[in-house]
Amino acid sequence: MDPLLKLENVSSFIGPFHILQGVNLEVFPGEAVVILGRNGAGKTTTLRTIIGLVPASDGQIILDNIDLTAMPPYQTVRQGIGFVPEDYGIFDALTVEENFLIAMWKEDQDTFDRRDHVLELFTDLKESYKRLASTLSGGQRQMLSIARALVNDNKIILIDEPSKGLAPIIVEKVRDTLLTFKQEKTIVLVEQNFEMACAVGDRFYIITEGRTVLDGTIKELMDDEELQRKHLGFVTA
Amino acid sequence: MHIFLMLLINGLAEGALIFLMAAGLSIILGLLGVVNFTHGVLFIWGGYVSIWIFSMTGSFAIAIIAAVAAGFVMGLIFERLFIRPVYGNVTAQILITLGLGVVFTDMARLFWGPNPIPAARPEFMDGTWVFGAVIISQYRIFLIIIGILVAIGINYLVNRTKVGMVMRAGIQSPDMVQALGINIKVYFAGVFAGGAALAALGGALYVPLVGSVWSGMGINNQILAFIVIILGGMGSFYGSAVGSIIIGLTVAFVSWFYPPLTVYTTVLLLLLVLTLKPEGLFGMAVRN
Repeated sequence: MDPLLKLENVSSFIGPFHILQGVNLEVFPGEAVVILGRNGAGKTTTLRTIIGLVPASDGQIILDNIDLTAMPPYQTVRQGIGFVPEDYGIFDALTVEENFLIAMWKEDQDTFDRRDHVLELFTDLKESYKRLASTLSGGQRQMLSIARALVNDNKIILIDEPSKGLAPIIVEKVRDTLLTFKQEKTIVLVEQNFEMACAVGDRFYIITEGRTVLDGTIKELMDDEELQRKHLGFVTA
Repeated sequence: MHIFLMLLINGLAEGALIFLMAAGLSIILGLLGVVNFTHGVLFIWGGYVSIWIFSMTGSFAIAIIAAVAAGFVMGLIFERLFIRPVYGNVTAQILITLGLGVVFTDMARLFWGPNPIPAARPEFMDGTWVFGAVIISQYRIFLIIIGILVAIGINYLVNRTKVGMVMRAGIQSPDMVQALGINIKVYFAGVFAGGAALAALGGALYVPLVGSVWSGMGINNQILAFIVIILGGMGSFYGSAVGSIIIGLTVAFVSWFYPPLTVYTTVLLLLLVLTLKPEGLFGMAVRN
């Protein structure tokens, strides 16, 4: 089976800094791949490079046999990528409804139907639909960000640290949400919360200093304390 | 009382003209993060083009439409060729837009000559209404109406359309807008050109008010527009509207009672607002 998303030796710079120095990644349809690594390793930059927000300076990014490497971000996204950024990417000056509408670039009936379906799953958002997004709590903002990535018929969803800054009870809710739509979607998840990563992921990649240095199944990672200590700096209890 | 009413109308008409400059300038600053000094020259070109077309067609409406179209096209060209390469570089923006101002002011002198060109008001708006001791210029009322219509139009565009939705979102995070599948560059170009068209409209409407067009008429209005957007809050459409009215009324009243103080009063007003509310009256985040 061909991978849905493939990164081959991808490099990228932020300003003068060479952040990604050779990232290789394969994501197969229907699986959830977790990208792990210490702070500053290049996890977020990997997602932003896939989207095109950080241009790739070398290597190749292929989604479903389409070369995304030199595409501008808006075209990359239209090939079927949903993006849930670390800071949620919610527009405070827009209502919840408008935050959905701005993401619905296709504007066809199927998209509106999907939006209605998503709202049935995220009841908090349905109740807050006409409110300004600035009035939402941290958990609601994260839910809105995830829900917004589901309104288009995306082939893959990139999610950057969905548990960051959230209370434990909200993290559980986010985890349950990811587990629900994991059944239908292919996911790439950047996550520092090891429990969340293990709960959601099927496979993992570890990035160190802008390079993918290791990959395997989540079970292999959970069972290998030495690997956790060496690459992630901790051991699970 | 009659003086008060006349000054009120004069001030509102002046405010309407400043608003046409300030609204575009403010949105360009808020959404694009561009400090734009080409607005003065677009104001001038709007004035010249309207007079030129009016002299050929005799139609005030066609002259205004032509001026707006010229401003829009110039805005598109400026954005594509000169502004787009320097997004995010404020120093370069200031230098380039100041340079464009100099070049296009001289081009206007080259095309239309260095001397002021007289301009008549359209006949149907050349009269006055007299209510007792109060004399009201029809053209000033026309300016106020245009200002209100443009404000309503921009308000509708910003708050009721997808274009406005993208503009409001883009002010906060243009990257995220792109990550949702929207080509923000098209919106950037459109906003810049729209702002340029408003400045040109301001110039086209200003010329019949003062009775002539000359190549130095843009600078004062550009300075007033900058004062308005700082006073009202950078990036805020409502700030531009309210700031324009405040500055328009201030200029009208002070210049009537003690003209030498006019410039100082507007600057003092600006200092007062910045001291009490540094982000301006309706301040909001402006992209770095």
